[in-house]
Amino acid sequence: MAPDAAVAAAIALHADRPGGLLPLLHEIQDRLGYVPTHCVPIVAKAMRLSIAEVHGVIGFYHHFRRSPPGRHVLRICLAEACQSMGSRELLEHARKLAGVDLHGTSADGALTLEPVYCLGNCACSPAVMVDKELVGRVDAGRLTDIVEHCRSRT
Amino acid sequence: MIARVFVARDSCAISVGADSVARAIAVEAFRRGQAVEIVRTGSRGLLWLEPLVEVQTPDGRAAYGPVGAQDVTELFDGDFLHGGRHRLGHGLTDQIPYLARQQRRTFARMGLIDPLRLDDYLQHGGYVALRQALTMGPGAAVQALMESGLRGRGGAAFPTGIKWKTVLEQQSATKYVVCNADEGDSGTFSDRMIMEGDPFVLIEGMTIAGVSVGATQGYIYLRSEYPYAEATLARAIETARAAGYLGADLVGSGQRFDLELRRGAGAYICGEETSLLESLEGKRGMVRFRPPLPALQGLFGKPTLVNNVITLASVPMIFAQGAQAYRDFGLGRSRGTLPFQLAGNIRHGGLVEIAFGLTLRELLYEFGGGSASGRPIRAVQVGGPLGAYVPESQFDTALDYEAFAAMGAMIGHGGIVAFDDTADLAQMARFAMEFCAIESCGKCTPCRIGSTRAVEVIDRVRARQDVAANVALLRDLCETMTEGSLCGLGGMAPAPVLSVLNHFPEDFGLVPTSAARSA
Repeated sequence: MAPDAAVAAAIALHADRPGGLLPLLHEIQDRLGYVPTHCVPIVAKAMRLSIAEVHGVIGFYHHFRRSPPGRHVLRICLAEACQSMGSRELLEHARKLAGVDLHGTSADGALTLEPVYCLGNCACSPAVMVDKELVGRVDAGRLTDIVEHCRSRT
Repeated sequence: MIARVFVARDSCAISVGADSVARAIAVEAFRRGQAVEIVRTGSRGLLWLEPLVEVQTPDGRAAYGPVGAQDVTELFDGDFLHGGRHRLGHGLTDQIPYLARQQRRTFARMGLIDPLRLDDYLQHGGYVALRQALTMGPGAAVQALMESGLRGRGGAAFPTGIKWKTVLEQQSATKYVVCNADEGDSGTFSDRMIMEGDPFVLIEGMTIAGVSVGATQGYIYLRSEYPYAEATLARAIETARAAGYLGADLVGSGQRFDLELRRGAGAYICGEETSLLESLEGKRGMVRFRPPLPALQGLFGKPTLVNNVITLASVPMIFAQGAQAYRDFGLGRSRGTLPFQLAGNIRHGGLVEIAFGLTLRELLYEFGGGSASGRPIRAVQVGGPLGAYVPESQFDTALDYEAFAAMGAMIGHGGIVAFDDTADLAQMARFAMEFCAIESCGKCTPCRIGSTRAVEVIDRVRARQDVAANVALLRDLCETMTEGSLCGLGGMAPAPVLSVLNHFPEDFGLVPTSAARSA
């Protein structure tokens, strides 16, 4: 979907809802994968807010991205339960496999690596989320499979 | 006869392969010409056995787990459809000690029903409580809740009835009910399980709250990390509305209550109720000053009841079975049951709903079966990332809000994360402050600056730089944060740090004092 069409659709759907800015930003990111900077003044005008206020909201929440992610987003849980089962080591493994640090995107554009603090899968730690798919009891072998799978899919 | 097979659709079960197991069962049944109905339920909470496959037998459900897709052919060979013996078999599910010893109240239906079939919910006692609350009227309903002794299950343990009474007494044409479903504490997943496994109980609880306090609009603020719960809740809300359990005329009573699902955006602080309200209003999730309390001026400045998922999900059972029946469980001022969540380095991780009063040791060993690694459990963090690390010497403390508070710990939302003896607790103490720095809303200085400074001081202690002076500085900083922060994030982030300093000083390279050893 073209960015401008996505932004227009999001505004039409959510601008008039009470407290509609978060649903509106979600709508944009769900459709585009990120919230383009150039849409901020358009959103601000539609919501009768200042540009600074909209920037402030986007910047406050970890979920919103200002630039496009890789084709897949791999989020590794780094909260306590997963740490107790080795998620720090898993993160190191992921860094080496993808060749990027946290918040980075691999050179082939296949994978963005992000931290997450709890996926609610704490009895099957360590857990990761690939796009919107939750995976539990992850070890180095499974993580390698996940990364390779992401690379082979478009 | 068609065999009935149950496989959970809970995201935890799916995360370890439940979908592929369900598919493999369907394919194998087709191949063998056997008629099988596969029901996707919530999870029973025996999470170490997921993917758990259950089969209806004349004596009850028989359990098999953890089942992989590759085990399915063998299960058919072993006639599991008639409860046949198999190496993955555990006998009847209800007789598995982990489940048999529990007191499932809020989680009574969990794993038994298809969470999206309203008929299943109604057949298992659903919406009896709403009719009762409508008959009782607001005043009597709030009184009943006060008598039950229910306290907020989100962590703060504030008496729920008093909150409801305060909102009821406000004169306002517009009031709101807000469900705090921003379950961000590590080691907790009971909210998620309710939303994925029994969503109508939450919807009914919120509806009862609405009619009892005089609110006509409700919001569920759900964290963005829970896409499965979001999909289930959205469908359940639509179903309830279509059947007249939400909307302008609740079950023909002429009363209105409707519900909207809102998604958070990855901010831990939005689990704090005033920050959550700001976020619902479409703003940065900055903590508000109190007073005014949200019960007086909450969402959009209107009187607002903010309750956690488990609190609201406990309401229907309290109305259906009576306040006294709930009050009979528990000890001291901690009444009823709490769904504890066993997590982290634990052999039998899962959900244990039981009356207050059990000890940590019973939970960790009799339910949890010790650590997953087989090594000794050295410490457990109770109550999320702001909870203390509890040493083995305190494992015999009864699980009770007041008893935990007395030792500088908290039960919080009931999450229990186990660590074995390989854990570096100084690193975990550092993480507590690092997490606080990442998630601080930035409104108050002790939290915003203090957390970053604390990480630096901890790094100096761990690097053996001027240790005594830096430990003194760290304790001083912890006191400033505890006493001077605006909300629980900065106010409680020192708890894990101080608990490591007090109970595990050797991890900081400090010589343990005899007092700390015997504490």
